[in-house]
Amino acid sequence: MSAEAGMGGGQGASRPGATARRLSRVWPPAVLLAAFIAAWELGVRAFGVPFYILPSPSRIAGLLVSDQWLLLAQAAVTLEEVLLGFVIAFAVGIVLALLIFSSPTIERAVYPLIIASQTVPVFAIAPLLIVWFGYGMASKIAMAALIVFFPIVVNTVDGLRAADPDMVNLLLILDATPGQVLTKIRIPAALPFVFSGTRIAVATSVIGAVIGEWVGATQGLGFLMIHANAQLHIDLVFAAIVYLSLMALALFASVSLIEWLALPWRRLHTT
Amino acid sequence: MLAPSRFRGRRFLLPGAARITMVPALEVAGLDKCFDRLEVLHRVSLVVGPREFVTLLGPSGCGKSTLCNIVAGLIRPDAGTVRLNGASLDGSRGRVAYMQQKDLLLPWRTVLANAVLGMEIQRIPRADARLEAREMLRRFGLEGFEGAYPGLLSGGMRQRVALVRTLLCRRDLLVLDEPFGALDAMTRSAMQGYLLRLREEFGRTVLFITHDIEEAVLLSDRIYVMTARPGRIRAEVPVELPHPRHAADEGVVRTKARLLELLQAEMAGALL
Repeated sequence: MSAEAGMGGGQGASRPGATARRLSRVWPPAVLLAAFIAAWELGVRAFGVPFYILPSPSRIAGLLVSDQWLLLAQAAVTLEEVLLGFVIAFAVGIVLALLIFSSPTIERAVYPLIIASQTVPVFAIAPLLIVWFGYGMASKIAMAALIVFFPIVVNTVDGLRAADPDMVNLLLILDATPGQVLTKIRIPAALPFVFSGTRIAVATSVIGAVIGEWVGATQGLGFLMIHANAQLHIDLVFAAIVYLSLMALALFASVSLIEWLALPWRRLHTT
Repeated sequence: MLAPSRFRGRRFLLPGAARITMVPALEVAGLDKCFDRLEVLHRVSLVVGPREFVTLLGPSGCGKSTLCNIVAGLIRPDAGTVRLNGASLDGSRGRVAYMQQKDLLLPWRTVLANAVLGMEIQRIPRADARLEAREMLRRFGLEGFEGAYPGLLSGGMRQRVALVRTLLCRRDLLVLDEPFGALDAMTRSAMQGYLLRLREEFGRTVLFITHDIEEAVLLSDRIYVMTARPGRIRAEVPVELPHPRHAADEGVVRTKARLLELLQAEMAGALL
């Protein structure tokens, strides 16, 4: 059959092309980033900007190496807060999304409140969380969880609703139970939505933890930044920022990797 | 509402057989259905005998799919009855195998996992289901594609997987609602071949829906011609031609002409 022959040929031919295409996607942002760093370095040197105003990239890089143990130790604290906050928000968010989806009453009661809660800036309640949960990790975990919660709930509810009604009917005609419709159609159909919500959530959860550390903490990258800033240790502030963005990137990439592994059928669409 | 008694245990013609009285596989009597005051089905009655291949032929919008949804138990009629093997359907589901124009393959399942979906719902042991599905996929020329995701398959292959899934539901009555409507002519012709072979091999009862006159004549034992708005049965045309049938056969051409005449009379009215 022509389709079968075409498919086999297509797969073989696309492989070398795929790596070239991937490279062509990587180099433009890499070049832009390199140019930006070079301009920064040259600018700082040419105008003699003091390091307590704007440190040069080379100085920051030096600090990343010389102070790596300090930075890593603080990063580990922040990462732990982020991960714990994320896990809690994810578990609660998924359960709540299922409840919202399955009961119109719960939806009407809860959904407007969840959306309204997003109008309250997390910064505003950070001091309250410190009061309630203390200077330790708990308040930062709560902060990260609060930020993660919303995109996960909203995306999961959207995903559960996104299932093709004809596919649902297909199961109903087969006399499937509501549980079977949920596990065989609704949840698999929702997974891509859950993953895109999670990808957004996991990167922003770092913000939550750092805000918590700024407001009141005894350790963590946010705590380190506040202290370094107060002592005009601006190079250390930048080093902490580098760690934070690397952390957010790594979390984002991990979720993407898990998605790639868990949803093999989606790979067809992304290539 | 009560079914008119003349439909119960009614005499009907089986292909190449004498007139005999037996319980029909499907008996639809006096079906009415309205959606928001729009009358979709009006007094629709039809009978499908055991192992018979009956086609509902009609223009789009004649309520064919509504009828299918009623037979499948998805929606309830306003009036009239549906009986399967003599037993009233009464809104119950899971008693017919239903296939639509959309293949409705689950994109997150492989071909094999899609094929066993019906058996999975019926809680047939996984190993048995997979064994049966592999055999059926092989018969439909899908060997080697068991592990592929539907996104990778051509339209014809996807529709064959959907057909295998429908067959494996282990239901006596197959309701096929324009199953090849979205396929190109070549693929469609190949699919019709598969369907005929399947009939010979498995002897299932089929209620086939189409708006394609030739398709109806090539496949059916009997054809009901439906009219649109509201959908009602206009004529019943037996097709007593031997298989295999070809588009150019004299009998096929003659039956096509007759059906076209019936439909054109209807279309002329609709276009005014």
